[in-house]
Amino acid sequence: MLQSIRDGDRLIVRLAGELDHYCAQTVRRELDALIADRSIRMLILDFTTLQFMDSSGIGVILGRYRQMRDRGGQVGVIHMNRHIARIFHMSGMDRVIRQLDKPQEAAQA
Amino acid sequence: MIQHNEMEISFLSIAENESFARVVIAAFAVQLSPTVSEIADIKTAVSEAVTNAIVHGYEGKTGMVRLRANIEDRMLTIEISDQGRGIANVKQAMEPFFTTHPEQERSGMGFAVMQTFMDDLHVASSPGQGTTIRMRKRIRSGSPQGMTGTYGMGGML
Repeated sequence: MLQSIRDGDRLIVRLAGELDHYCAQTVRRELDALIADRSIRMLILDFTTLQFMDSSGIGVILGRYRQMRDRGGQVGVIHMNRHIARIFHMSGMDRVIRQLDKPQEAAQA
Repeated sequence: MIQHNEMEISFLSIAENESFARVVIAAFAVQLSPTVSEIADIKTAVSEAVTNAIVHGYEGKTGMVRLRANIEDRMLTIEISDQGRGIANVKQAMEPFFTTHPEQERSGMGFAVMQTFMDDLHVASSPGQGTTIRMRKRIRSGSPQGMTGTYGMGGML
């Protein structure tokens, strides 16, 4: 079960373990249950304890991004390791999803 | 340092085996003393190729996926093959963001990830004949951050 912290209209969810095609379905279901509460305006995914992610993870994050966007909300990410950040940038997701812990963006986050 | 080695393993095309394949390739590649980053690249590329075989090759039906790896000096060659439906248009399938299953939230990034994380990638496929993905990566030699000496294998699997 994913751990999450509610902070006003923001929800911070800590991803854990591995996010591949096998785990994607479970993570997708759990995230959808967590963001079903429409008062959440910003979903923040915390990658601190995520040990592995491949392109299946990109699909999961993009799907949640579309849901949040369609209701006028946003998605942000924090604590990506170098490897996961590389996949994130490759996919072009960094154009629509903010990396909130980059030094230059920390103040706005 | 080992100069030549080979391995081959076959497993059922079920999604649980994606992590199994990643652990197997990491355990085999460790004898080249790769860096943490090189191991992450290799595991990710294998994960993408095995997912491809399961999702597209067999489309949820069960068949066998074969993982072969070969070490020749510092060069690691990996081959992942299935005997599934095959790909009619390999060039199109390799385009970033191309996906046959948009409703399943597939990103269409699988081949792009393999291409980026490995030195080269070759896909042989035809309809009804299955698919073989061959990719190579040169592991830079004598890296002081090499995992075998410093951390042992436990941490990287």
